Amino acid sequence: MSSTILAIELAYWQQTGLRALLGLVGVLLPAGILVYLFLFKMMSFMQSRLGPMEAGPYGSLQLLAEVGKFFQKEDLIPAAADRVVFKMAPFVVLISTFLLVLVIPAGPDLWFIDIDTGIFLALAVSSISVIGILMAGWASASKYSLIGGLRAAGQLVAYELPLVLAVMGVVIQAGTLNVQGIVMAQASGEIFGWGGIGNPFILTQFVGFAIFLIAVQAELTQPPFDMPVAESELVTGYLTEYSGLRFLMFFIGEFATAGIFSALAATMFLGGWYVPGLDPTDNLFNVIGPLVLIGKMVLVAFLIFWFRFTYPRFREDQLQQLAWKFLIPLSLVNIVATGILKVVF
Amino acid sequence: MTDVSNRNQLAYIAAQASDARVNVEFETEGMTLNLGPQHPATHGTLRVIVKLDGERVLRADPMMGYMHRGYEKLAEVRTYPQVTTLVNRIDWLGSFANEVPFILAAERLMEVEAPPRAQWIRTILFELSRIANVILFLGDMGVQLGAVTPVFFAFRDREFVLNQIEAVTGGRFHPNFDRIGGLKDDIPKGWTEETTGVLGRIRTFCDEMEDLVTGNEIFQARTRGIGVIPAEVGLAYGLSGANIRGSGVDWDLRRDGGVGLAHDQVDWKVWTHPDGDSFSRYWVRLQEVREACGIIEQLLGGIPSGPVMAKVPRIIKVPAGEAYVETENPLGVMGYYVVSKGDLVPFRVKIRSASFSNISITPWVLEGAYVPDVVSILASLYFILGDIDR
Repeated sequence: MSSTILAIELAYWQQTGLRALLGLVGVLLPAGILVYLFLFKMMSFMQSRLGPMEAGPYGSLQLLAEVGKFFQKEDLIPAAADRVVFKMAPFVVLISTFLLVLVIPAGPDLWFIDIDTGIFLALAVSSISVIGILMAGWASASKYSLIGGLRAAGQLVAYELPLVLAVMGVVIQAGTLNVQGIVMAQASGEIFGWGGIGNPFILTQFVGFAIFLIAVQAELTQPPFDMPVAESELVTGYLTEYSGLRFLMFFIGEFATAGIFSALAATMFLGGWYVPGLDPTDNLFNVIGPLVLIGKMVLVAFLIFWFRFTYPRFREDQLQQLAWKFLIPLSLVNIVATGILKVVF
Repeated sequence: MTDVSNRNQLAYIAAQASDARVNVEFETEGMTLNLGPQHPATHGTLRVIVKLDGERVLRADPMMGYMHRGYEKLAEVRTYPQVTTLVNRIDWLGSFANEVPFILAAERLMEVEAPPRAQWIRTILFELSRIANVILFLGDMGVQLGAVTPVFFAFRDREFVLNQIEAVTGGRFHPNFDRIGGLKDDIPKGWTEETTGVLGRIRTFCDEMEDLVTGNEIFQARTRGIGVIPAEVGLAYGLSGANIRGSGVDWDLRRDGGVGLAHDQVDWKVWTHPDGDSFSRYWVRLQEVREACGIIEQLLGGIPSGPVMAKVPRIIKVPAGEAYVETENPLGVMGYYVVSKGDLVPFRVKIRSASFSNISITPWVLEGAYVPDVVSILASLYFILGDIDR
């Protein structure tokens, strides 16, 4: 198990500690960036207001104030709740977020795990959050939570399929399930014999990209797919009975997952940590790779949040129709087209 | 066999039967969901008891009275000028409009008529409070459907309208400005030009809502064909205002009522929509805001000169008699039935408020709807809790 990180020989415990720390950063940093940049600021500007301005310059420390507020709140558990399940649910949701961050490489040598089934692992562990949400919905002993939890389960299962099928096109084109391999395939790719900017798969897989983003939106239960939390009818669905730290964990889970899915989309469709014009094996990428990845992540997340703040929500049946009647057939067609073109060219 | 043991035996048989039923087939039972009294969708204290089968509504009962304020009774111990302070608070978003029918009823009893200038300014303020009220609905409908952005635009632009109302009356929400025989004051200098500017903003707001809300595919999918109220059913339940015009009934008291307001002096149109669904109710209200802008603009151009107050005694004693006046308020038809025994105070005031009648259709229209549609249908019926529990 002993290996090198950035060409420095490290003992196993040092490596593990470093990975745990970086994993925490990998989860909290995207969440923080997205909450401040989009939820606080972009949403406010879209709604002709300023957003937080008092805490720190341009309200940049507002996030700390919010977290501090959640820490102070009482950890309420409803009397009729299934206490163990109720307490465990936010952890289960957060576990899926932490497992997701594992597969995303941030540079040629910057990765947590480099396995041949990386994308497969990411899509598999993203489904774990469904269990957490169902647990939360059931254990809260509230009708709003129960309806919200069941809606979430139905929705996440339905949108798991287009999510996987949209990725299939990329996998066919790259010829590998390894995430690092997908980045390398894009970095060393050519467009009709011209390799100036590599071959970011968004150029060929734009249908897959669109389907992936829509499915991610649904996986995150964000508007227009926020039927499970639908605050105007279900109060906040499965989150209704949560308060304090446990609510914060759901909240971090939601935004961190948004960030990580955006990073995953950036990795698969926009070339990940690679910027055109440089050698992808250059050691420089171990330094600027994370920054490039974060930049691309913010770009993709902008799209997600733009939709979030503009659109009203679908009804449950319309949402299922969109998945089963439109997205899944479209992604199947995309896979067939990609396969044929892959053979032809 | 005695009576008691007979009953025991019957109970035993019933228990056996119910046990057997469980064993024979897996029975499901509906879930009862309480929407309210504290609930984000009811913006107030309406409680809707919804019996559900899955997500489908089997039965919905609106429960009113969580906010009862007893204004009808309170009005019996207030002098006539004091009553306007109370009734301001019935529909708190368009409060000036609440005063108008009461004052008109009192004027009819006293057989005085406001001078033309007062009538015109009254009509302008009446329509301004309609705009202040309805544009909040236009934004709020988005929130009920999950789009948070429109409501911020609505609050932003409503502020300009409230500023204009405040400039004349001194009160943002509760003007208390209408008097028997006229108005408390004249409009301030330069007000007409400012108001014209504000109307431009409101028109822009309407265009924005058309782009952001009615033009949105998801909004249309969520509202078209949802909560359809046929015209005859709507009339049977006593719907009024944009709710009944959304069902295609061409009925507007501003045109058909013939009460002492200046609506007949200007050129305007009553909008109707044939569909009767949530979308049509939204659409009709959107057009009505535009139309109100047109009405105000025309009225501003030709306010007659003269006093704003007729000759009325300082201490108002209303002669014995009874009068009923209804006007087309922002929420629908609002009427006051005033009975006077010749005192300083009314003997009885019966308030016919629009939301109370509009909400009565909810059991009919919600039956068979889905839970998400419950919220959108309730929102599109547009009630204000103060207008229900007055």
